[in-house]
Amino acid sequence: MALIERRPRTRREARRELGPYGRVQKAVNELDERIGIARGGRILLDKIFPDHWSFMLGEIALYSFIVLVATGIFLTLYYVPSQAIVVYHGVYKPLDGVRMSQAYESTVNLSFAVRAGLLMRQVHHWAADVFIGSIVVHMARIFFTGAFRKPRELNWTIGIILLILAILNGFIGYSLPDDLISGTGIRIGYSILLSIPFVGSYLAFFLFGGPYPGHIIIERFYILHVLILPLLIIGLIGAHLTLLVRQKHTQFPGKGRTEHNVVGSPLFPQFAAKTTGFMLMVTGVLGVLGGFAQINPIWQFGPYEPTKISYAVQPDWYMGFLDGALRIMPSWQWTAWGHTIPWEVFLPGVVFPGLVFNLCLAWPMIERRFTDDYVMHNLLDRPRDRPKRTAAGAAMIALLFTVFAASSTDVLANYFHVSLNEVLWFFRVVVIVVPIIVGVVTWRICIELQHVPGAVKRKRAMVVSRTPEGEYVAAPAPERPGDEHHELEPEPVPVRIELEPETVGASATTAPTGESGVRRVLR
Amino acid sequence: MSESEEPRVGGEAAVTFPAGGSGGTGTGDGHGPHTATLPVARADDPHLREATRYPRRVEAIVGLSFLVGIAGICAFGGAYVERAGTQAYAATLFVGLFFLGFGLTAWGKYLMPRGPFVEERHSLESSPSEQRAMAAALVERTGIVVRRRKFLGGLLVTGLGLFGVVAAFPLLRSLGPRPRGSLFTTNWKKGSLLVDLNGKPVHRTDMQVGGILTVFPKGKETTLTAQAVDQTVLIRVQSETLVTMKARADWAPDGYVAYSKVCTHLGCPVGLYEQQLELLVCPCHQSMFNVRDGAFPVFGPAPRPLPQLPIYFDSTGFLRARSGYDQPIGPGFWERSTIGNGKASNT
Repeated sequence: MALIERRPRTRREARRELGPYGRVQKAVNELDERIGIARGGRILLDKIFPDHWSFMLGEIALYSFIVLVATGIFLTLYYVPSQAIVVYHGVYKPLDGVRMSQAYESTVNLSFAVRAGLLMRQVHHWAADVFIGSIVVHMARIFFTGAFRKPRELNWTIGIILLILAILNGFIGYSLPDDLISGTGIRIGYSILLSIPFVGSYLAFFLFGGPYPGHIIIERFYILHVLILPLLIIGLIGAHLTLLVRQKHTQFPGKGRTEHNVVGSPLFPQFAAKTTGFMLMVTGVLGVLGGFAQINPIWQFGPYEPTKISYAVQPDWYMGFLDGALRIMPSWQWTAWGHTIPWEVFLPGVVFPGLVFNLCLAWPMIERRFTDDYVMHNLLDRPRDRPKRTAAGAAMIALLFTVFAASSTDVLANYFHVSLNEVLWFFRVVVIVVPIIVGVVTWRICIELQHVPGAVKRKRAMVVSRTPEGEYVAAPAPERPGDEHHELEPEPVPVRIELEPETVGASATTAPTGESGVRRVLR
Repeated sequence: MSESEEPRVGGEAAVTFPAGGSGGTGTGDGHGPHTATLPVARADDPHLREATRYPRRVEAIVGLSFLVGIAGICAFGGAYVERAGTQAYAATLFVGLFFLGFGLTAWGKYLMPRGPFVEERHSLESSPSEQRAMAAALVERTGIVVRRRKFLGGLLVTGLGLFGVVAAFPLLRSLGPRPRGSLFTTNWKKGSLLVDLNGKPVHRTDMQVGGILTVFPKGKETTLTAQAVDQTVLIRVQSETLVTMKARADWAPDGYVAYSKVCTHLGCPVGLYEQQLELLVCPCHQSMFNVRDGAFPVFGPAPRPLPQLPIYFDSTGFLRARSGYDQPIGPGFWERSTIGNGKASNT
């Protein structure tokens, strides 16, 4: 290339110099000369995403998070993180003249006095619930298909930490309006901190800046909720996706799929179109939830007062398992040598979630210990082919679900007109029995399913006919043209698409774009 | 299989696959970032066909959804300008975003080349010699440096370690005061006048049997932090049915009995009074305390009775506290001793 290039004289000459790809080529060249994007960028455009619906669960989490950030930024413009007491004189008349914290006042105001404020607040709350829910379902998919195995243990770990941070930030965000119900949640959180042996009271005092409720907890929760935890989450999402791109996707076994390739759709344009469309749909659904499904109507609960409480208080769904565990725990407490260990709080409130999350974190190691499997895995398992793992996962889900259900003992007792005592003992039995049954049954189902012949194949119609002797015989129907499904051998994504001269005339939908015979057919 | 020299990006010459795309074996080794030969396809390659058999129908559906989506987005703008309300914003936003997204997804799924396409996976690990070299660089370089200057290394590590410890002091210690005795005390003192949330004292004649009131020591009823520890339920029960412990004989005059309102389980206000059964119920986790019998827990996870506040009538007939609580109120914590943790009443 010459050091000084001759500048084109005419427009046509300039266009010819740009080549068949016009301005895009020029932009690519300019960028590539400076930061070198062409080679890596093109490979990135070719990144293959497997076409399986279950790979979409993590996308729901990602897009809910984007909605969370967007609506959250809106909310910060109106929310005031302060426990200073004010008297309300706003547009919501039932609360007129009520003493409340500025945090609560500003939340009521942004719900009623800011245009679309209520929509934003409720979409934010729904997006948080969907965010954590989709993380959990995504995690279940990863678990049951064995996608956490070597080489992806690190990404599994990052995912669990993301889940913990998401739950933590959900709880803290739920507390920010300083309403009666969330305030009670903060009080319970404080008491759980207190229950930790040796350091509990120090932890509680350092977090709350003194005895409960103090004057600073809302401000501290606010900075945790809008800055510190989101930064951690964004950083870890970045690491999660970077590792995903670097290690490439796992895939289910199938035609042409091996441990050494990935089969599916390229990032551009197929996956980009599908996932952008999906992001819009997720946002739309969260929008309609936020507008039509009322969530956390804090103006009905009233501002937080330490002496007041409401009946049938349940936290957001992701804290339900903790609340249920606290309810069904017997009242055990040790007191000796002038010290107390409140097991009735410490076990269900600290030890139980600690065990659950640590078991999740350690699972890849635990499984390797039992299977001695140190090989790289890029092809996914079908859950039935790993009965023990599947049974363990199902038992864990059953445990968490029953403990979650136990957080509604009072509501259930009321609804079914049974005594609270019976409901309580029912759950104390059920949380132990059900996971065992679910585990065993799942294990058995997996074994049975392994013996179903041809379970992978497509269903074909059976023709049942009666023989002259009266015997009924079933035989597969002959294949019709519509039944056959030609799955092609996978090919690398073409960089360029070339037409032979004779096919140009045949294909009317393509248009020439340059002299080199290259036509655009990708829509 | 093509053995001709394949050009890099931007080259004009191109090599075609055999039609039908069955030559996957010929391209597998030629693709990927390591060899940088670039696959080129012919337009009649079946992989480039649209995924649907009915492109016209799909185009119509996609077009229709885009139109509905555009209408929804416009309607959202209109709804916002007209202040049409939360439901209208949400409905229009949903129609707009969902149908734009639906159309785009359908476009990507059915009208774009069906594939399947494949990408080779390349091992991320380096050669054994590279791995060795990395470990060697770490170990040997450190070894050389530290072996010769062990003392300096020790000093550096000591300094940084000390910084870590010392830095934790302001980072943690400034966050709040030490608990000291504050978990053990409330604002109730000998002679504290019992007042309600509005500062009104409670007279002998104020409450009926079965009545309940939340009370505070006078002067402390307004601040949240004081309310949180001082809150006390005052209940009037039939004095004949009240079971009193020996030491508490004169703690509940005329059937007026006062217990801490902070649940001994997790600190929720014990706000529900089951009048017929004379039980105080915590709505959080359903601990129940027997009001007639020293607020002993009869159900639920609470491990201890609610502490009782000894009260008396002063000369003018108003209720006052005989003393503060004889034990820490609220949930358990490490520093709490055994006081008040007895299990038996003198029934």
